[in-house]
Amino acid sequence: MTPAGAGTARENGAGKTAPATDGPILRIDDLVVELPGPHGTRTRVVDGVSFDVPRATTVGLIGESGSGKTMTAHAVLGLPPEGATLSGRLLWHGEDLLAADPARRRAVRGREIAMIFQDPLAALNPTQRIARQIGEVPRRDRLPRAEVNRRVVELLDRVGVPEPERRMRAYPHELSGGLRQRAMIAMALAGSPALLLADEPTTALDVTVQSRILRLLADIQAADGLAMLLVSHDLRVVSHVGERVVVMYAGRVCERGPARDVLRRPAHPYTAALVRSVPAVRTRTALADPLPGAPATPANRPAGCAFHPRCPMARARCRAEVPEVREVAPGRWSACHFAEEVPGS
Amino acid sequence: MIRMIVHRLLIGVFVMWGAASLIFLVVRAAPGDPATVLLGPDATRSQLDQLHASLGLDRPLGAQYLSYLGDVCRLDFGESHWLGRPAMGAVLDRLPATIDLTVTATVIAVIVGLTLGMLAGARPGGLLDRVVSACTIALQSFPTFWIGIMLVLVFALTLRLLPSSGVGSPQHLVLPAVTLSFPFVAIIARLTRTSLAETMRESYIQTARSKGLTERQVLFGHALRNSLIPVVTVVGVQVGALVGGAVIVENVFAWPGLGSLVVEAVANRDYTVVQGATLLIAGIVVVLNLMADLLVAQLDPRIRTGAV
Repeated sequence: MTPAGAGTARENGAGKTAPATDGPILRIDDLVVELPGPHGTRTRVVDGVSFDVPRATTVGLIGESGSGKTMTAHAVLGLPPEGATLSGRLLWHGEDLLAADPARRRAVRGREIAMIFQDPLAALNPTQRIARQIGEVPRRDRLPRAEVNRRVVELLDRVGVPEPERRMRAYPHELSGGLRQRAMIAMALAGSPALLLADEPTTALDVTVQSRILRLLADIQAADGLAMLLVSHDLRVVSHVGERVVVMYAGRVCERGPARDVLRRPAHPYTAALVRSVPAVRTRTALADPLPGAPATPANRPAGCAFHPRCPMARARCRAEVPEVREVAPGRWSACHFAEEVPGS
Repeated sequence: MIRMIVHRLLIGVFVMWGAASLIFLVVRAAPGDPATVLLGPDATRSQLDQLHASLGLDRPLGAQYLSYLGDVCRLDFGESHWLGRPAMGAVLDRLPATIDLTVTATVIAVIVGLTLGMLAGARPGGLLDRVVSACTIALQSFPTFWIGIMLVLVFALTLRLLPSSGVGSPQHLVLPAVTLSFPFVAIIARLTRTSLAETMRESYIQTARSKGLTERQVLFGHALRNSLIPVVTVVGVQVGALVGGAVIVENVFAWPGLGSLVVEAVANRDYTVVQGATLLIAGIVVVLNLMADLLVAQLDPRIRTGAV
């Protein structure tokens, strides 16, 4: 894993508007995703989200279900749900992908930006051998068959699948959950992408397998100098591999900054509540504090700060005024009117 | 795989036994007496009794049933008194015509049905989908004999493009085969559409898109084969039903197949021919279902490895 110090240094460097040449690999700028709702209404599931994914850095994207985190990742990939409308900018090496034509977006998918999906059993085609699925991008790029096979073996070996020559001939249902997710990762790596989008990559796996898959992702990210956007509802997952975190709630960004700082001294009451809700196994502090109330959904987002009905610090201003995301300390951004008053955990 | 085939064949034996028993009871439950039909209304009581005895119809039903099952097991399907020859021989003589008809209808139905279903299912809710859905509902709603008569009216009587009935040339096959295929086209198209639309919502389709494939590559490379799995099963069952449906179509078009033979045999109360034809059709259905299951196993590795 990359040392935390390096991550912080990079974070501080990117915090000051860097020149375009060594700017972030991906800059999400005021992304809005609207889905068709009932009776012709539109629901904003992502509401003005902005953050950067720097080169060779893992960014953790945290939120409860309905926070818009997965929708954000799918928008980056260019595969939003049917009927969705997108606005804002997705700057990929400075090129706005939202303005790009479909052919260009397709060319980016799989080869520049690749995705690892949540449930590998569902995300792998049940009727094709994994070699065929992993080798699909190189095959479509007209690599000779022997070359494709060699690459598949190499990729499977890379992601820690034992006996790759034999396992490549397996169908997805013949593999264990962990091996399936490794095959999925190999598939994502097949097109040599510069950015990996990992959508809850360990949620569908056994607990014992989860940490090994996370370690694998972190190793590959560090070795290849990949950028990675790790989407998870699980704070522990993100705290293990993320150098930076972005916390989302009801379609908006609450807080972003270096992972360690954000998790140690949250600058948003929602982050603080999330941190408190994680049970600390090792210290046996019995019960964690669960978050009070139900998460707000984008369909009926409260006025003002979306978190105010569940916030212990809520005041009149929170009910009326949507907080801006502002820099509350060097490299630390928060969307709380009273960020400076959030008790450190 | 081997176990699956053996299992299926055993089930097939039970199906055949069920079909044999059912048709045995049904022909005897139907009103009318084969002896009366054969001898005519002027026959005397003793003549009728004599014929009953020679046909074995004077014995109790249970005894008739057991000797019938025994004969069937020895592949002896009895003598047709109406035709004066072995019943199965008469049935087999008519089989090729029915095979011509049903195979042609199946080929038409599979090609047209799959194409329509794919066009509709690739974009559910689109214009093509709605047009195809409306057409298939219409195709399924009209009775086969009515469609047949309408096609004869248009293509044989008005346009004079095709012969209205009989056999002799490939042109004779067109109208009956098309008529027979219509409801089948509708079934295949609707099923393919539903299955494809469902498959397109699967996670692995999203995965395929995430590799930068075009929609066409996603459709042909990932969706189509998987969406055909339920279609193949239904086609296997429906081809059997098609042989049954051929009875009506063969009569509308005077097509000399199994269907018209069975209708004539029923009219003449010829139990042996009806029983022989039914058993043959049941056997064909069993074999077709087995073939469909094997094809599904070929398409779906989960079934293939699960059964071994």
